[in-house]
Amino acid sequence: MISVIKHKKKFLIFSGTLVVLSFIPLILWGLKPGIDFTGGSLWEVEFTQDRPSNEAILSSLKDFNLDNALIQPTGDKGVILRFRNINEKTHEAAYRYLNDLAPLTEKYFQTIGPTIGQELKTKSLQAIVVVLILIVAYIAWAFRQVSRPVASWKYGVIAIVALVHDVTIPAGVFSFLGKFYGIEVDALFITALLTVLGFSVHDTIVVFDRIRENLKRRPSEDFSKIIDASINETITRSINTSFTVILVLLAIFFLGGESTKFFALTLILGVFFGTYSSIFVAGPLLDWAGKRVKK
Amino acid sequence: MKIRFAIPLIILLAIVAGFFVYPILLQRAGVYPDFLNRPFRLGLDLLGGTHLVYEANLSQIQESERASAMAGLRDVIERRVNLFGVAEPLVAVNKAGESWRLVVELAGVKDINQAISMIGQTPYLEFKEERPEAETSQILQALNGQTPDPKILDPYFTPTALTGRYLKKSTLIFEPTSGRPEVLLEFDDTGKQIFGEITKKNVGKRLAIYLDGYPISAPVVQQEIIDGNASITGNFSVVESKQLVARLNSGALPVPITVLSQQNIGASLGHDYLVKSLVAGIVGFILVALFMIIWYRLAGVVAVLALSIYSILLLAIFKLIPVTLTLAGIAGFVLSIGMAVDANILIFERLKEELKSGKIFGLALEEGFNRAWSSIRDSNVSSLITCAILYWFGSSIVRGFALTLALGIVTSMFSAITLTRTFLRSVAGTRLASINFLWKH
Repeated sequence: MISVIKHKKKFLIFSGTLVVLSFIPLILWGLKPGIDFTGGSLWEVEFTQDRPSNEAILSSLKDFNLDNALIQPTGDKGVILRFRNINEKTHEAAYRYLNDLAPLTEKYFQTIGPTIGQELKTKSLQAIVVVLILIVAYIAWAFRQVSRPVASWKYGVIAIVALVHDVTIPAGVFSFLGKFYGIEVDALFITALLTVLGFSVHDTIVVFDRIRENLKRRPSEDFSKIIDASINETITRSINTSFTVILVLLAIFFLGGESTKFFALTLILGVFFGTYSSIFVAGPLLDWAGKRVKK
Repeated sequence: MKIRFAIPLIILLAIVAGFFVYPILLQRAGVYPDFLNRPFRLGLDLLGGTHLVYEANLSQIQESERASAMAGLRDVIERRVNLFGVAEPLVAVNKAGESWRLVVELAGVKDINQAISMIGQTPYLEFKEERPEAETSQILQALNGQTPDPKILDPYFTPTALTGRYLKKSTLIFEPTSGRPEVLLEFDDTGKQIFGEITKKNVGKRLAIYLDGYPISAPVVQQEIIDGNASITGNFSVVESKQLVARLNSGALPVPITVLSQQNIGASLGHDYLVKSLVAGIVGFILVALFMIIWYRLAGVVAVLALSIYSILLLAIFKLIPVTLTLAGIAGFVLSIGMAVDANILIFERLKEELKSGKIFGLALEEGFNRAWSSIRDSNVSSLITCAILYWFGSSIVRGFALTLALGIVTSMFSAITLTRTFLRSVAGTRLASINFLWKH
């Protein structure tokens, strides 16, 4: 049996450090927003023959004022271009010019106006806040009969602290990836974060549920001991469940399409730290809340 | 229900669902009824196609009229879109805050650029009346000698309520004396009324006809016109007039629109995504199955069986509703497989605990099951809450994910309480239950 409570300081310090470390890149660099948020165009084409040089591509498009267009080679003959938001006429003309340079097929084109991007930002924040509120409310309700030694709403608050932990770490990692590898966050990233919120609570609830049950069965036992016992009884399940979810996510990461790769990565990080926090953060925090009540 | 009946029933259900999902074998044999033959509905990103968001400019339309103007707009665009023969075009009105949008999705359309430019060519017809002279000179003064752009600020004319929205049909005629082509416009009943009022008010003044924001002719109104017929005599060639009539007849826009965002996905890319995500799904499933069998032994086999039936049922549900499967949607489905296992793991861990405490198998099973249920229920509710928010928050990509994940979660709860439990109960009375190696570590 592992005593999480005995070492709770170490675990909390470890998690706290991780969260602080994740906040540093977030504060310094933020996340690198994709065109979903900023507006702009993304254009993937594949040349039928050899891929022309980046300079040739850029100079063939110079009439369109695609300032700061970024070109990134993909596959054997393809390129991905990123530039400002353009209209359909410009897109068609650009297609003709590029096709004159070297015959090609268009694989993907997306252009997003700035208003949509702004809206998505607002909506993402709203969604995250609403999810957090509903989850606290749900947990407070689900644990309404448990009021001793810790009030039921505190379970909700602790679950939220664990959530912040689980969401901050992937966000920090993506801030780092954005700064050094140019990886952008898109609507799917927000989706992944929200899914992590759901999953992380899922995990924490299973631990809390066991604590609730053990409190009923062994009313005289010390709260710390009950927490420890509950964690030990659920730890195999927590790890196994996350492990199976991570297995399928790894399959998506390595074998799925390009566009869900980083979606899967966000989820993998979130699920991993979600499980970690449900064992090593939620339990110790609950114990701490219990100790405070006694004094 | 007695277990004797439950097991064959489940197997029957799985077989029926299985053939519904994958009917090819029965179709080859020629015994598959046609009305059950439904394909999976694939999203734009898997089929290839285009996703367009237009913003409608409703500044000229009264608040109360806006919804109906948007409905009119949707009908016009829908008619245009239907010309491409796209299987299931989606044209939907969407209100974001104060602005009204039109979302157009054309899946599987071959020539995307042509489709977009055809939608873009939908004409916007307006009738404008003269501004008072004072206003005209004021605007001209402000422009300070620059050439005015009527799309931004028109110094001579001001909009009326009459637009292409009230157009019934248009025909090409030739004026008998000069032989010049003329485009004849016929309004519907509301249009007739508005046209009558406008012409009555403007006798002796010019009434300008604007197409796509620019004036094409400005005849002087001789008298009130009540029959709802107007004609455009611009400097058109015969060919131009014919084109204009064709454009007007295929639907004139009730309000002007501009593209907000556009997404084109080439068919080859879509197919590539589809294959990749299917492979990822299958590999993910196999990995999970291996892990479950290695870790939980016979219980793992039961879980894999339940999981297979779960997957078939869920796919059948996707076909039945039908749910549009996008790349993110398939990711949601694959993820739900991982989560569906969770319910099984919760049950098995409880079962192991109860067995360890010395209970006999049957009793341990029922106890373990009852104890696991509150965890399964509570934890899934939190995931369902998230799905609901995602659905509300989402663009179509995110919605696809939220929907498949939510359906997956609900189906997985069903599969845990019915499939896994029934299978385990059926083992309870047999010799297998007493072989500890198969259940405990």
